[in-house]
Amino acid sequence: MKRRSLLRRAGALPLSGKIGLALVGFWILAAILGPLVAPYPPGAFVSEEVFAGSTSQFWFGSDFLGRDVLSRLLVGARLTMGLSAIAVAIAVALGTGLALTAAVGPRWLDELLSRAMDTLISIPSKIFALVLVAAFGSSVLLLTLIVAITYVPGNFRIARSLAVGLARLDYVEVARARGEGRIHIALVEMLPNMIRPLCADIGLRFVFIVLLLSGLSFLGLGLQPPEADLGALVRENVSGLAEGALAIMAPAVAIASLTVGVNLLIDAATQGNVK
Amino acid sequence: MADAHVEVRDLCVTVRGPDGAPLRIVDDISFDVARGQMLALIGESGSGKTTIALSLMGHGRGGAAISGDIRVGDATLDGVGARSLAAQRGHRITYVAQSAAAAFNPSRRVIDQVIEPALIHRTASPATARQRAVELFRALALPNPETIGSRYPHELSGGQLQRLMAAMALITKPDLVIFDEPTTALDVTTQVEVLQAFRRVVREQGATGVYVSHDLAVVAQMADHILVLNRGRVREQNDVRTILEAPTDDYTKTLMAAAHPVVAVAAPAARAPEPLLAIHGIFAGYGPVDKAGRPANPVLSDVSLTIGRGAAVGVIGESGSGKSTVARVVAGLLAPTAGQVTLDGEALAQTVSGRTREQLRRVQIVFQNADVALNPAHNVGDILGRVLRFYHGVSGAEAGRRVAQLLDLIRLPAGVADRRCGELSGGQKQRVNLARALAAEPDVILCDEVTSALDTVVRGAILDLLADLRRELGLAYLFISHDIATVKALCDDIVVLYKGTRVESGRCESYSTAPFHPYTDLLISSVPEMRTDWLADESFRNSAPFAGMNEQPALCRFLPRCPVAISGRCDTIAPPLQSMAAGNIILCHRTEEELAR
Repeated sequence: MKRRSLLRRAGALPLSGKIGLALVGFWILAAILGPLVAPYPPGAFVSEEVFAGSTSQFWFGSDFLGRDVLSRLLVGARLTMGLSAIAVAIAVALGTGLALTAAVGPRWLDELLSRAMDTLISIPSKIFALVLVAAFGSSVLLLTLIVAITYVPGNFRIARSLAVGLARLDYVEVARARGEGRIHIALVEMLPNMIRPLCADIGLRFVFIVLLLSGLSFLGLGLQPPEADLGALVRENVSGLAEGALAIMAPAVAIASLTVGVNLLIDAATQGNVK
Repeated sequence: MADAHVEVRDLCVTVRGPDGAPLRIVDDISFDVARGQMLALIGESGSGKTTIALSLMGHGRGGAAISGDIRVGDATLDGVGARSLAAQRGHRITYVAQSAAAAFNPSRRVIDQVIEPALIHRTASPATARQRAVELFRALALPNPETIGSRYPHELSGGQLQRLMAAMALITKPDLVIFDEPTTALDVTTQVEVLQAFRRVVREQGATGVYVSHDLAVVAQMADHILVLNRGRVREQNDVRTILEAPTDDYTKTLMAAAHPVVAVAAPAARAPEPLLAIHGIFAGYGPVDKAGRPANPVLSDVSLTIGRGAAVGVIGESGSGKSTVARVVAGLLAPTAGQVTLDGEALAQTVSGRTREQLRRVQIVFQNADVALNPAHNVGDILGRVLRFYHGVSGAEAGRRVAQLLDLIRLPAGVADRRCGELSGGQKQRVNLARALAAEPDVILCDEVTSALDTVVRGAILDLLADLRRELGLAYLFISHDIATVKALCDDIVVLYKGTRVESGRCESYSTAPFHPYTDLLISSVPEMRTDWLADESFRNSAPFAGMNEQPALCRFLPRCPVAISGRCDTIAPPLQSMAAGNIILCHRTEEELAR
């Protein structure tokens, strides 16, 4: 029943939404199955030639050290998607949790949290990441946390405005008049009605996080070799740019298609065509 | 009718239903409107009346397909260029929507918006359009017709905006004006003024009109012919007098009966029941409270009332009278700045957080709009089950049984428990809204306009249900409404609020004959009656001697609108409370003999 309604929802999407869904679906599959279907180990030097073009042996050619680009791309996609997903989950859990606290809590707490978030949002995200990476060194855990914290204030603002709007509705008033506690009001009365708009926000933040992670990697502050996400793949092959090598085009196109796909899907799904 | 100005033949409107199948929401409608005549489309919500009105402008709402023949003047539905209905929109065919407050752009002066159709369709130069607008303002009895146009929408009242919107519709001298429930959102006292203005201006302009409404009594004042609709079909079509005096269709009869609710069951009107809930000298308001304990926007001043066990007390007043605030104070959602609420003689804490769960259980509140009063994320069983668990610690199979009992009590099938509120009709939602209060097994239910958002027929059913529940369960009600007919049908005692002060209180019977407070008199006389000659042509309210005066908290709040104010007394000292022979108490300077006239 659930699956059928999901299929019907997908069928009701406009064309742009279907394209987005296909792109996102492709990248999710790639992230899950990628390392299993990758033709070579990602770190193996398999080609004699660097920056080779597409051949039947190496579909996307070889990179600056003669490694298979397709294999590295598949592994990189998993890292990018996985880290972004974890970071977005942390960001949304923190942001929405604090937003609900602010909405049902006393007024001073709301003020305190809101001003703290305003402070955080005023720090440029890349500089913030640069400073922290410089101070603590780059690690997967630190990267994920930095990126997550960077996107907490944005989610907080959206979730708080949703929650404050809901808090004035009659069903929340009724629960309050009944004597319900704040936790019940936040989690049972308000949260389920915020899911839809929050989903759109989650999608957007996911895209930002992919871009920020890729950007950091491109600057050399992200994942360190031998590990490589999509951004790192672009950076390490940047010397092939002049030759128009597939090794740099492929990960760039991957980032673009993933972010564009998510955006198309969100736009279509939030336009009210899917109900 | 050979000279019919509007001719509609076999009109069908089809939309895609929720399951994707085509759904006919207007089915085979045919009618004519002669030039200079007014046709009323009447029916409940969902009867297709607005859809028909919109199709006269060649407009179908998202995804609706219109078929059939429509001719307005020389334009037709399938006409080309200037001879299509769509091209005539806003020029020869104009529209007055229900909520003028939402229809005006808040950032532009009203005059610019009123003359806009004339400028867009190039029917007049800006100067002549302005001149005509002022003439229309005068004809619509707007105050200061010369200067009112330079104000912004937020500076005007709902009734004034509605009249300005009519001016906007008439500025291009249209052949057909469509009024879509133009007075539904207005207070009953404002409705009279707006209806008078509309009727006069429509007659002066000789415009042809289509008037959409759910209220037969309103339509009786405005229309020449009536078309009764139900579920997209014509039930009856005739001139006004015939429909009002000799309706032939059963549905029309139901509509007429529902317009004046009479609750069938006699309420157990104990003459002096023991007091259950009492409110003493409540002052309340919104915004920050100053040092003297007065809030920035005071709403209630010195309101007291008592509800006996099993009794029903009605609170009436227009919007802004503070009637909903009374319920919020009693429920503990708003802390009063002074005064006390007692339950069984025991003082209740000012807000929810200070009250015991048992005290909360005994006083339940039901809000007006079931659409926002029921959480759309939960199903009916969860909503009712939560209350059972919260107050009675009941869960599991026992809760399921109690939910089924509750649904039975409100006359809904048990299967409703598994459905989300969004899948229910308006009347069903309001029943679930009531059931949630009943689940607590309260002693008193605060009903805040619970019937106001409902169609007349559904409203009658809900009132019957309330009366039944009261008899079966011995419930007491604080019944808040703007509609005196509804309150009279259900309540034993009635309190009239005006701008947060209690101007009259007494037994229900004392509201049948004078003496009344002048405001009560205005409320009662403003309820449209089901006859065509009810609406007087001249406004009977222009006679208020202190009409230009601002309200002063120390004096009678009704002074600026009071037609019987006494110079030198009403404008200098606060009015006294007087007991009338019939037992009602009135806040007024006039004596009983003077008020009885």
